[in-house]
Amino acid sequence: MSSTTNSPTHHTSTIGAIGAPSRRNTELGLLVFAVVIPVFAYANVGLAINDEVPAGLLAYGIGLGLLAGIGHLAVRKFAPYADPLMLPLATLLNGLGLVIIWRLDQSKRLQASKTFVEAAPRQLLYSAMGVALLVAVLIFLKDHRVLQRYTYISMAGALFLLLLPLVPGLGANVYGAKIWIKIPGLGTLQPGEFAKIVLAVFFAGYLMVKRDALALASRRFMGLYLPRGRDLGPIIVVWMISILILVFETDLGTSLLFFGMFVIMLYVATERTSWIVFGLLMSAVGAVGVASFEPHIQTRVNAWLDPANEFKLSRSGALGHTEQAMQALWAFGSGGTLGTGLGQGNSDLIGFAANSDFILATFGEELGLAGVMAILLLYGLIVERGVRTALAARDPFGKLLAVGLSGAFALQVFVVAGGVMGLIPLTGMTLPFVAYGGSSVIANWALIGILLRISDTARRPAPAPAPNPDAEMTQVVRPS
Amino acid sequence: MSELTLTVMRLGFLAVLWLFVIVAVQVIRSDLFGTRVTQRGSRREAGRQQQAARQAAAPPQQRGQQGGGRQRRNAPTKLVVSEGTLTGTTVALQGQTITLGRAHDSTIVLDDDYASSRHARIYPDRDGQWIVEDLGSTNGTYLDRTRLTTPTPVPLGAPIRIGKTVIELRK
Repeated sequence: MSSTTNSPTHHTSTIGAIGAPSRRNTELGLLVFAVVIPVFAYANVGLAINDEVPAGLLAYGIGLGLLAGIGHLAVRKFAPYADPLMLPLATLLNGLGLVIIWRLDQSKRLQASKTFVEAAPRQLLYSAMGVALLVAVLIFLKDHRVLQRYTYISMAGALFLLLLPLVPGLGANVYGAKIWIKIPGLGTLQPGEFAKIVLAVFFAGYLMVKRDALALASRRFMGLYLPRGRDLGPIIVVWMISILILVFETDLGTSLLFFGMFVIMLYVATERTSWIVFGLLMSAVGAVGVASFEPHIQTRVNAWLDPANEFKLSRSGALGHTEQAMQALWAFGSGGTLGTGLGQGNSDLIGFAANSDFILATFGEELGLAGVMAILLLYGLIVERGVRTALAARDPFGKLLAVGLSGAFALQVFVVAGGVMGLIPLTGMTLPFVAYGGSSVIANWALIGILLRISDTARRPAPAPAPNPDAEMTQVVRPS
Repeated sequence: MSELTLTVMRLGFLAVLWLFVIVAVQVIRSDLFGTRVTQRGSRREAGRQQQAARQAAAPPQQRGQQGGGRQRRNAPTKLVVSEGTLTGTTVALQGQTITLGRAHDSTIVLDDDYASSRHARIYPDRDGQWIVEDLGSTNGTYLDRTRLTTPTPVPLGAPIRIGKTVIELRK
């Protein structure tokens, strides 16, 4: 790894950049670990529910192992210096998600429902597509700075993706939120998940160019840097777009995600705390304003403020109330510290969306506080590696992009986990990698792919200095 | 399946999950410090030789505290350009290597016709002692009045001359 010799002659220290180790073997070891844990969980679920090791154990283990292996080989080949932790962490979360989805598939209560379909095989297929996209990103995106060229195309693309669900005939209103589009014959797609990545590219490219104007042209007032009126333009535009999403697609999560991502990137680009203050104020104003007239969001807020009452109302047959918020809290409560054990909880009572929006409740019940903390830490580690990548990146665009992507990832986890746990009103978002949902899994694997690409560029040892092209330009001192 | 087996599996699973988290954190830890140890190891040998050569000008107890040697007393905290076009520039010394030269990727990009593109570098050895090293420059690097031939420890306030530029380390 290092090119130094052990002889203590003085030229050991004249060696320039010492190559950082690629750490691919560490990644491989962790990946094996990350595949073994879900296989263990799978066996555990089978033993708990059916009293036998599930028949699909081998196939499932091989499937997940294959995905991890392909991902690893692609990283080894195309991004040899990439961060060693991201791939194992994502694999583990994806594997655990698959196990829990399979576990909910086994539930007799859910099987009795009319809309029941086996979700786990589909999720495995989506994961395979996600890993394929990760490999494609690693192969075709040789240098993340290429994305910088598409700054404004990304903006248009992201707006297009965001507005797609509003197109009549294409958009699908699923339980109040219009964030899906229907593709005939293929099923539904959530373009917002992909818009997240495209938008991060736009924000990074835009803020890289504009950050000086946004950071420096400001007056100081009460310890805060107040930006000039005209510099408020971009944040107001993004704010309006998120409000529009909130009003027309009635999706608080997507709206919060985009605005939050922009504020995070703005803060990182300008180092001005005032933007965070403005951002929080604006999102509070926007959310409260829209919630005052939008019934779908009012339901969510009511369910957040008084879940028990909503549960009672819903049980008594009143329309427009939800039982799930309370049920999720009960699930967490009955899990306690150490959980009921995999396959032994009753979180399937949540019914609809138990394996997507509310999947964390199953973790909470069956793995308890200890398990949920570990899951959240896994997410935290992914975000940490993303931010670390941003710190190590040498170009401002890569820095901002890495921060934006990991910030969006963190926000998404916060919005879902906070919603399910009753910290904030619940919004229909998916827990990355874990929740059932094709768009989410595929988009998040692509996100990890881009982060791996940036971290590969950032951690790659600097190339050997060129043989001094301008050495002859150095004037030689002639002793007179 | 017996209650006991399931309880053992439940606790075992949580333990394995946490083990993974801990292993991941260990990887981060070795990612932060793993590479530097080898780097310093080779430099320490060089640094020791230097120290022996200059007859232990530094107090002897410094050799004992090798790990956190960066924070010792009398350690310089910044590098100051005192002559030349960049006069007044300071760079905080935080354990990183500082490269000087006309090349664009140098820490301090010298706008000086008499400097080479990769002229010299200044780095801490394992004991936190700052070392200046000439990188085969055309006109040489001078510490006080002597032209450098080997990596040499920099005393506080000693002028390092590179072309028309003079820099020194200060507290």
